[in-house]
Amino acid sequence: MLVIKGLTKYFAKNTPHEVLAINNFNLRVKKGDFITIIGSNGAGKSTLLNLIAGALQPDQGEIRLDGKIITYQPEYQRARWIGRVFQNPLLGTAPYMSIEENLALSLKRERRGLRLGLNKYLREYFRSKLSELELGLEKDLAKKVGLLSGGQRQAMTMMMATMFKPKILLLDEHTAALDPESSKKILKITEELVEERKGDLITLMVTHNMKQALELGNRTVMMDRGCNIFDIQGEERKKIDINYLLKQFSKLRKQEYIEDRMVLG
Amino acid sequence: MTISLLLHALEQGLIFGIMVLGVFITYKILDFPDLTVDGSFPLGAAVATKIIFSGGNPLWGTFLAIIAGSLAGIITGLLHTKLKLTNLLSGILTMTLLYSVNLRIMGRPNIPLLGKETLLEEIKIHFPNISMNYLIPFFFLFLVIILKFTLDLFFSTEIGLAIIATGDNEQMIRSLGANTDMTKIIGLCLSNALVALSGAFFSQYSGFADVNMGLGTVVAGLASVIIGISIIRIPTIFWRTIAVVIGSLVYRLIMIIALRYGYRLGFKPGDLKLISVLLVIIALSIPIIKHRIDFITSFNLGRKDLQNNQKKEV
Ligand SMILES: Nc1ncnc2c1ncn2[C@@H]1O[C@H](COP(=O)(O)OP(=O)(O)O)[C@@H](O)[C@H]1O
Ligand SMILES: [Mg+2]
Repeated sequence: MLVIKGLTKYFAKNTPHEVLAINNFNLRVKKGDFITIIGSNGAGKSTLLNLIAGALQPDQGEIRLDGKIITYQPEYQRARWIGRVFQNPLLGTAPYMSIEENLALSLKRERRGLRLGLNKYLREYFRSKLSELELGLEKDLAKKVGLLSGGQRQAMTMMMATMFKPKILLLDEHTAALDPESSKKILKITEELVEERKGDLITLMVTHNMKQALELGNRTVMMDRGCNIFDIQGEERKKIDINYLLKQFSKLRKQEYIEDRMVLG
Repeated sequence: MTISLLLHALEQGLIFGIMVLGVFITYKILDFPDLTVDGSFPLGAAVATKIIFSGGNPLWGTFLAIIAGSLAGIITGLLHTKLKLTNLLSGILTMTLLYSVNLRIMGRPNIPLLGKETLLEEIKIHFPNISMNYLIPFFFLFLVIILKFTLDLFFSTEIGLAIIATGDNEQMIRSLGANTDMTKIIGLCLSNALVALSGAFFSQYSGFADVNMGLGTVVAGLASVIIGISIIRIPTIFWRTIAVVIGSLVYRLIMIIALRYGYRLGFKPGDLKLISVLLVIIALSIPIIKHRIDFITSFNLGRKDLQNNQKKEV
């Protein structure tokens, strides 16, 4: 169970450029939930994922995972349970290291010591895992990742984010920078990997694609100006379509705007 | 060119090669241009010389030099990671504070080791039949090979891979659970330990320690690394550690030739630093110039692939 309570994050606090990126955000996520997150540019989606992963620290609020408060735990410690894939395929892998080295780094996430990072059992394991991606990456494990295409790198990052059996998977528009074909492939891999862990993985996927947002997962959250403005799941969610979502979005935005005006006025 | 000149280049290239391995770790692996080495090289020399001069065991002196170098690296690492100073500033601060520390350790600007028993003489006792002229290069060759393989092994361990990843994609390796403050500090510590060891051996080899002997170590190290990896271009740790030592040998050969014959071209000994900087600039500009030439000729040849070639050299 992931519980987010009253989470608030400012950028450039107390300066003329102050931005309230996350505004008293609340969310309770059950084990097995696959939430798609939508919202316009600058709504705070990436910031939310960064706060959950520990790459950013909030100004207020609390994040709990299975009852334990992790709000201020450093990013590298949370990495034991959190797998991430970023929008930019270049961010998730180390270009001058080989495929097998990248995979080895992602598998061993704590207490790194003086044991060899790679051995023949690991290589065998990587080969079998990579062949499931059907991209031919298993043929040359020593190849530098920088020589791969964006789609291949993103597929590797997907594998690196799930292979170690995380509790939480954070996907931030992870297909947005890819060509349509690679994008489809990565989505398929995403569904397969999440399916494999059905029931005990929490997945948060940010997407710009409303269709994706309703087709994937079991729950959809809409964000605007750092708030959770709309949250739908179950039977109710199955009934709605993109048009409904869009209408809902402009309605809620307007309402919020009016409320803001009332507070200010 | 005489045999003795080549032998000198070999000896010095190997002794400084230890320092170059250290610079390789920071500059190439961690992507951290570390200026600490201008201070940790003479630090190693100061510690070892002080102990040997006061009649201590040279092995002990050399060992303490390594420890002192590690500490210097840790200081730079802490300044950079905990106080968030830039890598250049962190190095400058440690380098400068080490100047005072080195003077303190030595008690005066220069200590000669004339007539004192150094580690090299101790080794000689075990090989009475081999002349010192051959023993020294063999010993350092042996040492550098051992260090090379130890480093190769270290950088294939879990922690070693995490250090490489820190220099390659810091954000990624943090999201994969590595404390990058720690990996940087370990890398700096290891690097400066090697640099100080190199300083300790250089003072025993040349028979003195001088508080100013570190001046230009960074540039010499960079020049060697850059020359080495432009000669051997295979981007694996195994080949890189060979390449940078070869770079060190080439660099020392150039320096010794410049010192010995440079006067015919009007060079003075004081111009050596200028020459080493020119070497760095030339070595660094070769890939850029080459890229430009490829780029220009690609239009004549209609080579689109070359025009798009933005590949960075590691
Ligand atoms: N590092 C930063 N410094 C200052 N402002 C930032 C930073 N990151 C994000 N912001 C601001 O915070 C808001 C939310 O950004 P973000 O979370 O990236 O939105 P989204 O991912 O929903 O498009 C935006 O107004 C953005 O300009
Ligand atoms: Mg975003």
